[in-house]
Amino acid sequence: MLWEALSLQLGYNATLVTLGAMMLGVAAGSTGTFLYLSKRALVSDAISHATLPGVVLAFMAMVALGGDGRFLPGLMLGSAVSAGAGLLAVTWMAARTRLAEDAAIGAVLSVFFGFGVVLLTVVQVMSAGRQAGLETFLLGATAGMLWGEAVVIALGGALVLGLVVLLRRPMALVAFDPGYAAGQGMRLRTVELAMMGLALAITVVGLKIVGLVLIVALLIIPPVAARFWSERVGVVVAIAGFFGGIAGYAGAAISATAPALPTGPIIVLMAFALFLLSLLLAPGRGVLAATLRHLRFQRRVHLRQGLLALAGGQPVYEPLTLRLMRRAGLVRADGVATETGRAMAARARLDERRWQMLRSDPAFEAAAARYDGLTPLEEVLTADQIAALDRGLGPEGIV
Amino acid sequence: MGLELVGSETIADASESPLSISGLTVSYGEKPAVFSVDVSFQPGQMTAIVGPNGAGKSTLLKAALGIIRPLSGRVTSYGRPLDEMRARIAYVPQRASVDWDFPARVLDVVMMGLYRELGLLGRMRGQHRARAMACLARVGMEGFANRQIGQLSGGQQQRVFLARALAQGADLYLLDEPFAGVDAATEKAIINVLKDLNAQGRTVIAVHHDLATVPEYFDRLFLINTTAIAEGPMAEVFTPANLQVAYGGRLALAQLGSAAAG
Repeated sequence: MLWEALSLQLGYNATLVTLGAMMLGVAAGSTGTFLYLSKRALVSDAISHATLPGVVLAFMAMVALGGDGRFLPGLMLGSAVSAGAGLLAVTWMAARTRLAEDAAIGAVLSVFFGFGVVLLTVVQVMSAGRQAGLETFLLGATAGMLWGEAVVIALGGALVLGLVVLLRRPMALVAFDPGYAAGQGMRLRTVELAMMGLALAITVVGLKIVGLVLIVALLIIPPVAARFWSERVGVVVAIAGFFGGIAGYAGAAISATAPALPTGPIIVLMAFALFLLSLLLAPGRGVLAATLRHLRFQRRVHLRQGLLALAGGQPVYEPLTLRLMRRAGLVRADGVATETGRAMAARARLDERRWQMLRSDPAFEAAAARYDGLTPLEEVLTADQIAALDRGLGPEGIV
Repeated sequence: MGLELVGSETIADASESPLSISGLTVSYGEKPAVFSVDVSFQPGQMTAIVGPNGAGKSTLLKAALGIIRPLSGRVTSYGRPLDEMRARIAYVPQRASVDWDFPARVLDVVMMGLYRELGLLGRMRGQHRARAMACLARVGMEGFANRQIGQLSGGQQQRVFLARALAQGADLYLLDEPFAGVDAATEKAIINVLKDLNAQGRTVIAVHHDLATVPEYFDRLFLINTTAIAEGPMAEVFTPANLQVAYGGRLALAQLGSAAAG
């Protein structure tokens, strides 16, 4: 069953829903990257919770007008209007009052969501039975989704993705250096509103599948995971889109295997798995790589210190240093230096003396900046430059 | 033909001030940081903006560029509204104002200076990369093009910011504290680039805080302490009397004396 879902063999509707969720994930991951990089990620939480009153009011309005209350484009329009109001409330409070943005986010999030829950209760009392399905907007569901709804979601995702590609430069520049961007004549408020408007669009498009409580996870987790893998903003955006796509695809497919499974939480768990893998395994910024790098560095420092102590005729007390030096064959078990040990100690001492010489010479300022107590001078200077340095060291220089 | 037209336009307004400010007042809350400042910077000159801490030096630059909104005032560039002249103005903000853990390499930051020219969808081509590399070379950072920006020292960060401004190919350079917290090598590299720009007839305006180097680095001086105090050639403005007005009691007599000597 699971394999059939993942390989899109659960029928036309389930396939379309899975592809729609993937498109949504790609768009959410790449949009979220700019929010995350400009440290506005939580604004999307306020936006998504502010959709609830709009969804319920739109439902009531459509029922009152004699239509089908569950018509998705109508519900999306309602959610967009109330989320837009929430977004404007947050930005207005942050810009015009003394409230910090986090306080504004908290206020808007809880008030709008609370109001939405009250409305939801009213609907349940008012027309029992007919509201069936509105609560799925909280956590998302793909069961019983119409193909037309899946198409709306996929197209919405594609449209947002297109806008992200179009606006990537202004959004990246504003996230990195707003002062410079403004100096270039960019309208900061316009770019910021566009950035958050795109997050709003993702929220509205994703309501049905992911649900309003968890859509923020699809906007934030993929970029945070992607950040582990690259130091280039364009690549981070692409990887975040990729991760979001995988999470959307796998989450929707898995939830399609059992009607009772809410889709949003499963998509979020998929995204979290990708985050965990990135956190642990990514080269460079990953935890594993950082730990290994630290251990390697520690060993190099200990060996170098040990060699310098040998060269200076001082005893080595540090157990780790001694162990490392014994293992490298630099000292014997009783702590006396071996032939190799003495040769390498002399080399280390000469290297260190050359470095000290270089660091006192203003002509080598750029090279001196690379001093870390470990890098051999041969990696920084040419043989000719070292020869010139050695002349300054005098007869005592070459041991 | 097109090129000639552009060239003649440049010459026609060469006498116009690249940055002219009148009646500029900026206020955070109810206390003006800059009050009713009128100043016209001279084209083709190197001008230092000098004043005590909190005198509104950076605020003046930011408000002139529209980065913060002034309460009142008019700013023109080469005789036109500043917004029409953005392409000819390059701004180097304070280094501390950005997030240096941002995912970008040194070359990426320099290429941000080309965004305006490229527009939203213009492709970054080999010639753009080459231009960015050339700008990095001018500040002595070509060996760092592929480094993550977070790995740079303060002085190197400042040089990358300058390279980004150079990439714009502007006529007016506005720098906010370019020498703050940088090493001696960077200070020398930056001042050489600025003098180079000046030798090509471009205008340089920099917020500066080190009175000892002001007369050596700049041709003209604008003294400010919330209100404009004086603007003119270094020898005329850099006087103990003016500095006393700008700094009040905050400046030691010894410094005033050395200013007079320098």
